[in-house]
Amino acid sequence: MFKFRLYVATGTLNSTQAVANLNALCRAYLQGRHEIEVVDVFREPQRALAEGIRMTPTLLKLAPPPVRLMVGSLSQTQRVLETLGLDSGVT
Amino acid sequence: MKSERSPAATASRKAPTGIAGFDEISGGGLPRGRTTLLVGGPGSGKTIFSLQFLVNGARYYKETGIFVAFEETSKRIAANADSFDWRLPELRRKKLLFVDAQPKPDLMQSGDFDLCGMLAGLGAQARKMKARRIVFDALDIVLALLPDLTARRREIYRLHEWLLQRELTCLVTLKAAADEPSSITQQPYGFMQFMVDCSVILNHSVVLGVSQRNLRVQKYRGSSFDENESPFVIGKAGFEVAIVRLLGRVDADVTNERVTSGVKRLDTMLGGGYYRAACVLITGFPGTAKTTLSGAFAEAACRRGERTMFVSFDSDGTEVVRNLASVGIRLDRYVKNGLLRMVSARTINGSAEMCLVRIKAFAQEHRARCLVIDPVSALSKSGNELTAHGVAERMIDWSKADRITLVCTSLLNEISGQAEGDDTSLHVSSLADTWIHLSYLVQAGERNRGMSIIKSRGTAHSNQVRELILSNAGVTLADVFTAGGEVLMGTMRWEKESAERVATEVAEVARTLKRVTLDTQQAELEVRLKAVQTELIAKQVERTLSARTTASRKAEILRGRVRMRELRGGDAAAPRRK
Repeated sequence: MFKFRLYVATGTLNSTQAVANLNALCRAYLQGRHEIEVVDVFREPQRALAEGIRMTPTLLKLAPPPVRLMVGSLSQTQRVLETLGLDSGVT
Repeated sequence: MKSERSPAATASRKAPTGIAGFDEISGGGLPRGRTTLLVGGPGSGKTIFSLQFLVNGARYYKETGIFVAFEETSKRIAANADSFDWRLPELRRKKLLFVDAQPKPDLMQSGDFDLCGMLAGLGAQARKMKARRIVFDALDIVLALLPDLTARRREIYRLHEWLLQRELTCLVTLKAAADEPSSITQQPYGFMQFMVDCSVILNHSVVLGVSQRNLRVQKYRGSSFDENESPFVIGKAGFEVAIVRLLGRVDADVTNERVTSGVKRLDTMLGGGYYRAACVLITGFPGTAKTTLSGAFAEAACRRGERTMFVSFDSDGTEVVRNLASVGIRLDRYVKNGLLRMVSARTINGSAEMCLVRIKAFAQEHRARCLVIDPVSALSKSGNELTAHGVAERMIDWSKADRITLVCTSLLNEISGQAEGDDTSLHVSSLADTWIHLSYLVQAGERNRGMSIIKSRGTAHSNQVRELILSNAGVTLADVFTAGGEVLMGTMRWEKESAERVATEVAEVARTLKRVTLDTQQAELEVRLKAVQTELIAKQVERTLSARTTASRKAEILRGRVRMRELRGGDAAAPRRK
């Protein structure tokens, strides 16, 4: 089960793209076995500060271990897959 | 040309940094509610400056602040700040927040990103703390992560908007080599210029082996500022920027009080002594007793109960005390009871600036009223030639402002063949109020020390050269023997003096003898006079007696004739008229 937490700045282009890209990715590769929690930094700024989120959008892969951190709009799919350990071979 | 603004108005438009000297240079501090750019190479002090800006804001101006650290961790920064007396841990509870924003080393990146997350968090925090100041330390680190120029510009815009909305006084530090000014105008820093109202450049260079640090305000919109490079040091209290006294400051009260120089006859030559808070310069070749003369001053000051500090560049403090004891100047008891502090300045390495900072710090700690610097010419050694004069100027300014009487000695270099009366590159002689020159006269196989007052402002001083005599009874001055246009000192003087003494004695004896002779003669004459007077009286008596005798005989004869006639029976005819 893949658990994601995506920190976004709602309304900005990058964050919107990140949400879309993540959803597309999960639909394509992790159908049915993913969980996405979206945290809006504008709504929960203290949480963002406390958890060390400086750049948005930031994607946090909580499960399965290891925990991975990724920054950006997630436009480069190949890199995202590599980081998440989802590159070719794993379904 | 920037127009003059009233001080009150200016003050509210600027956020004072509280950094010694900087507020004077910048005309009050950093622009309030605007962004200042601080640029410098590695190790130039950007982090310290910006942190000090926040610390002082919290401590003195009731303005809380946030420090966003992009390069060093807040833990490291706080640990490094321990060496200053800022009491940072106290402030960190409520008045100063550290935010770690270092990019994680294992950061994976895909696509474009922005700083909204950070700004959102900071915004909330700033609101909570009611922060007025914010520092972004090493912003270039995070800007470098952004994929392209457009992204960088966009984020800079975003930051600018965010700052404007919250009216925070912002200080951004960037790493750039100060000796490549073009790097500052390059993108994206060049692009940042639109949002930056003030920019300050820190420079740290090594000149002839000595480290020199400089600060320069490159631009300041809407304000006048000192455009020159100002040297600074990083001392115990943090940044200390050097400034010469600016015009318009009120002069220190002038006093007519005199303090003794330690040598009585010298005081007389100076019309009472040195002026309080004056600067006295004692110059001379090596071995002419400059240290001794300044030591005499220190001893006299201590005897008056005034706290004194003796800074020695040439010898160790204890050595100086020992050496002076051999001429009857006992400083050890004052060192013991704490009135006198000896500072061995050879242990201060670094630039002349650093020396001055340390000397000031020691003097303030000791609450010194009298200060000796021996020799002040040491400041211009080893790579400090360019800066030494400025340092000397500022030192004299400071000592006058603090009402400290300053006695400096200065070494003239026999080897370099400087003419007598010439000063070293320090040119302290023109700043000093009193200039005493010690020299040697070589004569008849001896070296004797001569002392003369070259100048003394505000005093009618003697123009004579006196001989300086050191003995284990102390320092004294003797009159130089001048006879027939010859100037004699030392044993020749002593010879001449004894010859004079002998001659005086002989003359004295002769006079006495003559007096005695005359006395005798006078007595003799008085006796004779008396004898003659007695004779005169006797003769007068004789004369009187003889006159009486003649008269009585006449009368007797007459009576006899009358009787005879009577006896003859004649009548008593009327006597014939004869």
